[in-house]
Amino acid sequence: MAAQLPGSSRPAGGIYSGLGMPLIMPAWLCIGFFLLLPVAIMFVYSFLTKEFRGGVIWEFSTAAYDQFFFYRGLFGDEPRQLDWTYITIFARSIWQALVATILCFIIGFPTAWFIATRAGNSRSIWLFLITVPYWVNLLIRTISLKFLIRDQGPVNNWLISGGVIGEPIHMINTNFAVMLGLFYSYLPFMVLPIYASVERYNFALSEAAADLYSSRWTTLRYVVLPAVKPGIIAGCILVFVPSLGAFLAPDLLGGAKNFMIGSLIEEQFKGNAGNWPFGAAASMILLSLVLCVLIFYARAQTRENP
Amino acid sequence: MRNFVKTVAAVALVTATLPVQAEGKLSLYHWFEYIPQELLDKFSKEHDVEVTMDTFDSNESMLASLKAGKLGLYDISVPGDYMVEIMAGEGLLDTFESSELSNFGNIDPQWLDVGFDPGRKSSIPYQIGTTGFMVNRDEYKGDIDSLSIIFDPPEELRGHINVLDSQGEVIALASLYLDIPQCSSDRDQLKQLNDLLQTSKQHWSSFGSDIAKDVLVSGDAKAGMIYNGFGAKARGENASLEYAYPKEGYVFWMDNAVLLKDAPNRANALKFLDFLLEPENAAAITNYAQYISGVSGAMALASDEVKQAPELNPPAGQPGAFIATCDQQVQTVYDTIWTNLKK
Amino acid sequence: MRKQLDQRYFPGFLPIACLCLFLLYAPLIIVMVYSFNDSTSITSWQGFSLRWYKDVFFGVEAAKFKSAAANSFVIAIAAATVATFIATLAATGMLRAGAFKGRSLSFALINLPIMVPEIVTAVATLIFFSAIGLTPGYLTILIAHIVFCIPFAYLPIAARMQGIDGSFEQAALDLYATRFEAFRYVLLPLMAPGILSGYLLAFIISLDDFIITNFVKGAGIETLPTAIFGSVKRGIQPNIMAISTLLLVVSVVLVTLSWLVGRSGQRLENDQQ
Repeated sequence: MAAQLPGSSRPAGGIYSGLGMPLIMPAWLCIGFFLLLPVAIMFVYSFLTKEFRGGVIWEFSTAAYDQFFFYRGLFGDEPRQLDWTYITIFARSIWQALVATILCFIIGFPTAWFIATRAGNSRSIWLFLITVPYWVNLLIRTISLKFLIRDQGPVNNWLISGGVIGEPIHMINTNFAVMLGLFYSYLPFMVLPIYASVERYNFALSEAAADLYSSRWTTLRYVVLPAVKPGIIAGCILVFVPSLGAFLAPDLLGGAKNFMIGSLIEEQFKGNAGNWPFGAAASMILLSLVLCVLIFYARAQTRENP
Repeated sequence: MRNFVKTVAAVALVTATLPVQAEGKLSLYHWFEYIPQELLDKFSKEHDVEVTMDTFDSNESMLASLKAGKLGLYDISVPGDYMVEIMAGEGLLDTFESSELSNFGNIDPQWLDVGFDPGRKSSIPYQIGTTGFMVNRDEYKGDIDSLSIIFDPPEELRGHINVLDSQGEVIALASLYLDIPQCSSDRDQLKQLNDLLQTSKQHWSSFGSDIAKDVLVSGDAKAGMIYNGFGAKARGENASLEYAYPKEGYVFWMDNAVLLKDAPNRANALKFLDFLLEPENAAAITNYAQYISGVSGAMALASDEVKQAPELNPPAGQPGAFIATCDQQVQTVYDTIWTNLKK
Repeated sequence: MRKQLDQRYFPGFLPIACLCLFLLYAPLIIVMVYSFNDSTSITSWQGFSLRWYKDVFFGVEAAKFKSAAANSFVIAIAAATVATFIATLAATGMLRAGAFKGRSLSFALINLPIMVPEIVTAVATLIFFSAIGLTPGYLTILIAHIVFCIPFAYLPIAARMQGIDGSFEQAALDLYATRFEAFRYVLLPLMAPGILSGYLLAFIISLDDFIITNFVKGAGIETLPTAIFGSVKRGIQPNIMAISTLLLVVSVVLVTLSWLVGRSGQRLENDQQ
């Protein structure tokens, strides 16, 4: 998904005038009925009452949101006080997604720039090589990473046999592993949109800046970055949003102890908790967060191209 | 429009493979790694029944999932002792007459009239085991006869401990460690329990039942709660692992195959229960899962290696405790403690 | 052009690009290598062997993985086909029907499945099916897959359609073709590479999905990712590495195919000009 999404530009007219809506209707029905409606029902569920030992009762309750923000003590009879634990889980998820996004940018931007400045065939090959991992199963990539960084895994084994370290570096089941996993999972998502932006960048601008005695890095900072900003924002969103709700990386690499939003939600449906209303409420809160990010993005977009 | 034709063909193809609620099927909801595939194949062959199986990794998650709409999809599940009682109370179990099972007499008499299912109306014994913990003896050489290894671990083990993702077991073991009666409604004791778990949690690196063996074998964890048979398998893959029977006590459990309510294939489910009560088949499960069988004559057929495994032979005079079924008030507090632990 | 003068050159970008490739590929290559390891323990290397591939196809768990693979492929084919069909119609409506009311809303809607975090889609779909009383099974997986495949099929199709000049279809109309004929005999053939790319992308996305499938799958139904996930929780066994390598090969074949199609599409475009 490049900065300028295909199909988002103004239509040039066409021979099917008047058929627009009918042609899009199947998509409307499909997504409306099986995604919009479910999200609406999920919203309703977040206000239902949890049944003892799992299941829901059709009774209005704000208990799920109450549980999210407040703690009423072990016995539920203390005055309610703001509870930071779930907010912390969200904050931690946002933080980890943010770090992963920044890491992706640090590696992704130079890579995208480098690829976009290759000539014909070499560029195609580089682009192809970046695309391949994007098509490889995410689960398999996460498993590969888990295998690689465990205490007895190849990385530690090589470092130890190479005499670099004496004791294995404990990486698995730490926050670091989760961040690494997110970074690794979504790196191609950063490279591709930035590449699309840089490809369209007019290098004459850089030449002009150089003629005015701007240094390479000054040009990068004041000329190039603003010009390719839409690609960067698109890349950041494509890394940040899925990282925020990721399940595989925290579960497989984080040991399911340091919850992220994704694993917290999963626990409500698949784990011991069996608390559907709470899971629905947490999903709603996550969805709202993501929508905020997307609205911010859309506004930035319209500011760029009014 | 060829595309459309293709679509219709594809949908037809998928619909054709939709499960049909016919005879000749059996749908299991089972613990992970708890029955050898060969045994399922054998049953399939003998009775011309197609067996499908989903797995769960804790009694509580199985209960939650059945209550959340999966009831009616499965014929048989395998809950632990206390969970049989809870499921019966929730109306999730079907009953059968002892005459419906020709091998009913094979149930080991001592497991026939059990508290959680008096007279065995809905369940038959599956396997019997204990829940304790294992330590990698290369990493820690001190005494391992106390639950403090898990709840107040020595320096060497801190940050390298895996704990079962199972509410019943974790809270029962914590109660044993604190010497608090299970299901105690005493507020101070419940607070103590909550505080203990909050403190211990800082020393734990992961939660997981299905991963329990692998983290120990692979060295990701240096100690971890585990079921004894699963532990015996772990020792088979990594000899430096040792299973402990802590002096404070350990969880003793009995898993049972139960007939679920609204079972889509009740007749085949009964056939399967009968099948499980054949000593030869029960022994095959024991050889695979490495727990004690509750079927008469099965242990005689089990391999010596399993029978003599240190994990299966608790020290004399050190009995384990069943997990108790608490009333709603205490269970609600337990749920809160568990939620606090997992957040 | 000399490096010092070339504004496209930045010192250090080449090493970073190489590092990027290394980071992306190293774990995959190591898993591929270890899948040929002749050892039951995955950590030590004991020589080359194909035993784990044999195990995948003929071992104890072979039946399980075969049925999971069959499920995965059937669902991916069906979901990609339906999603591509819907996406092709939608792209035509979006790009060939002029301006109309609800167009930008439609654009947001089509892309919604990408915007909503997967875990939220999974939860919402699970709750929805449970609320309307639809028993989880193949059908629930298929419906969920079609929904999230639509935008992935749409993107390449719309991108391709944007590159095709509307005058071709206009010319067909001028020659008394009906609008359907113009679509069928002019637009569709020109669109073929885009549609194939969209189909392949939707296919791989469906094949890839774990979270949503895990939430909506019915009793006893596994797809490859859910089956692999279940196994991996109990330890990364060598046979999982072999399966991973096989799936990796499938992905590489598909991406290459999509790449070649895209290139032939580009050539076609160049010929037009």
